Amino acid sequence: MVSGIFHTSYESDMALRRTPAQKIRLALFILFILVFPFFASRYTLTLANQVAIATIGAIGLNILTGYTGQISLGQGGFMAVGAYTAGLVTVRLGLPWWLSIIIASLVTAAVGALFGIPSLRLKGLYLAIATLAAQEIILWVVTHWKALTGGVEALVVPDPMLFGIRINSDFNFYWLAWGLVGITALMTVNLFRTHYGRAFIAIRDQDIAAEVMGINLFRYKLLAFALSSFFVGLSGALIAHYRSIVTWERFTIDVSVLYLAMIIIGGLGSVSGSLFGATFMTLLPAVLNNLGRSLRGVFPQITSIMPFIQQATFGLVIILFLILEPEGIKKLWEDIKDYFRLWPFSY
Amino acid sequence: MLRGFRHTLNSSRLQPGETQLRIENVHLSFGGVAALTGINLEVRQSEILAIIGPNGAGKTSLLNCISGLYKPQRGRIMFNDGQEEHDLIKLRPHQIARLGIARSFQNIELFRHMTVLDNLLAGCHVHMKSGLLSCLIYWGPAQREQIAFREFVEDIIDLLEIESIRDKKVGTLAYGLQKRVELGRALAMKPAILLLDEPMAGMNSEEKEDMARFILDINEEHGVTIVLIEHDMGVVMDISDRVAVLNFGQKIAEGTPDEVRSNPLVIQAYLGEEHALFPFGAGGSHD
Ligand SMILES: Nc1ncnc2c1ncn2[C@@H]1O[C@H](COP(=O)(O)OP(=O)(O)OP(=O)(O)O)[C@@H](O)[C@H]1O
Ligand SMILES: [Mg+2]
Repeated sequence: MVSGIFHTSYESDMALRRTPAQKIRLALFILFILVFPFFASRYTLTLANQVAIATIGAIGLNILTGYTGQISLGQGGFMAVGAYTAGLVTVRLGLPWWLSIIIASLVTAAVGALFGIPSLRLKGLYLAIATLAAQEIILWVVTHWKALTGGVEALVVPDPMLFGIRINSDFNFYWLAWGLVGITALMTVNLFRTHYGRAFIAIRDQDIAAEVMGINLFRYKLLAFALSSFFVGLSGALIAHYRSIVTWERFTIDVSVLYLAMIIIGGLGSVSGSLFGATFMTLLPAVLNNLGRSLRGVFPQITSIMPFIQQATFGLVIILFLILEPEGIKKLWEDIKDYFRLWPFSY
Repeated sequence: MLRGFRHTLNSSRLQPGETQLRIENVHLSFGGVAALTGINLEVRQSEILAIIGPNGAGKTSLLNCISGLYKPQRGRIMFNDGQEEHDLIKLRPHQIARLGIARSFQNIELFRHMTVLDNLLAGCHVHMKSGLLSCLIYWGPAQREQIAFREFVEDIIDLLEIESIRDKKVGTLAYGLQKRVELGRALAMKPAILLLDEPMAGMNSEEKEDMARFILDINEEHGVTIVLIEHDMGVVMDISDRVAVLNFGQKIAEGTPDEVRSNPLVIQAYLGEEHALFPFGAGGSHD
């Protein structure tokens, strides 16, 4: 809640950042993103790149699940479509990496729309099962259509080059990935300022009323699947070019569940929530890993059960989070902002 | 802030009094249960038509047939848009909405997590034309369109006196206010016909008075045709031009409030109902 600010035109009232404080926060965040790689170690750069890729994928899933209310367990499969399409058109057709990323996003959008067709009849858990089928079908095709994908063997993608510079070094890739995060976030935020986004939310909140308001449910549900999958495919394509290697193990049902957890913990129906969730879920395992490594020196006898402890802690933190702040990190962040907005007069 | 209404709310091209909607011999049943049996009814441009009847008479079902949520097994529902007639039974709900048929629901069906403003803007959906790409970029025409509709919606906010809650999430609002927002959302469609299913149910008498005033304003100043289901006989007799009475899925009477009030069939139907048809004006409570 922001109060005490009055707008003199609808244009400023409808702007994305409506108050000076919001503008300053956004500027600081962008500044941080811009200077970070110059001070970061290679390891933290790798993490930052993983966060960027996950953020794009999480925004994609949030469009479908958070904003439109269509639960999807097909995330991993759709990412696989993006990654394999990007890899294959680069390897087989010799297309440049940037074109392969665009093609991969479009192909994934089409595949997403196709698997979105059941959403017209199915809701909630039933739809979740249908998208689970999408996940399994896609992975089955990927692992069995050897002639196209190479099956279970890894697909090796040549390094992406631009003017003789290798794009997938951690430092160079950072700019590509975070640039795309910016574009994805901006487009998504814009979408939800217009009738397209409102139609999505309307379908989530009350689909019968949405229909009676003139919203074509079939069209908009498929559109939500397509747009969502477009960004999920983009994120998959980035993985292909960043890792230079595509394997099916990277896109199993675990990934689908992980991404669902990301947007639930970050904040459903929120772009910043997608960023929070992606950051949290990428960094937490890394932190636990490092913690485990240093503990191993102190307690060498627990080395063998360390992975279990890490997994359990990961799960525990998530559960605690859901209990303590069911609306996600975004809500936490809003509470903090509210606190400081009123501070020191918080009563 | 008071200012004149700069936009018209009425999208119908008919002259007042022309037949706008013709319901012909509509039959609807659920399994073996008949909800509507052979309903005939006409709605005329710019009138307020009240549909009354005891609980379970089929009033909501009739509205659902008009807006396409229920498909009658027999009959026709012809809508005249000024150029041609459309059989609504052959159309899907979103197509019917595009013809300018707007409605509110008996149990509020708002978009709970949206603000009041966004609910009203969502009501403008059928009038927004920008393409997906320009919306993703939010540049030029797409932005201008959003701002133009924001202005239009502000007029509805003024009309319904909900300025102070425009940025609130509707899920947090009091019941009476939600009913008002739902009326606003339907108005944002610039309706040719406005179907209201018990817009005053569960309100106190002050809120009812406000709502009645809004309905009269919309009808008198904008000429919007209104079909109104209401149990409060005081309000019904006060504001409607004509009244149709349903009982057990059949239309048992139709006419001016005075005609209906003295119709023995109607009195018979209401016998034993706890909300009596008399006395008027006292605002007999329901439920
Ligand atoms: N979706 C449905 N499935 C089965 N039966 C239904 C359905 N909708 C309505 N009915 C039945 O049709 C009949 C008419 O119901 P309807 O809701 O139209 O009554 P109503 O006049 O609006 O009553 P109320 O004043 O209580 O709102 C009732 O017997 C009801 O049980
Ligand atoms: Mg009813």
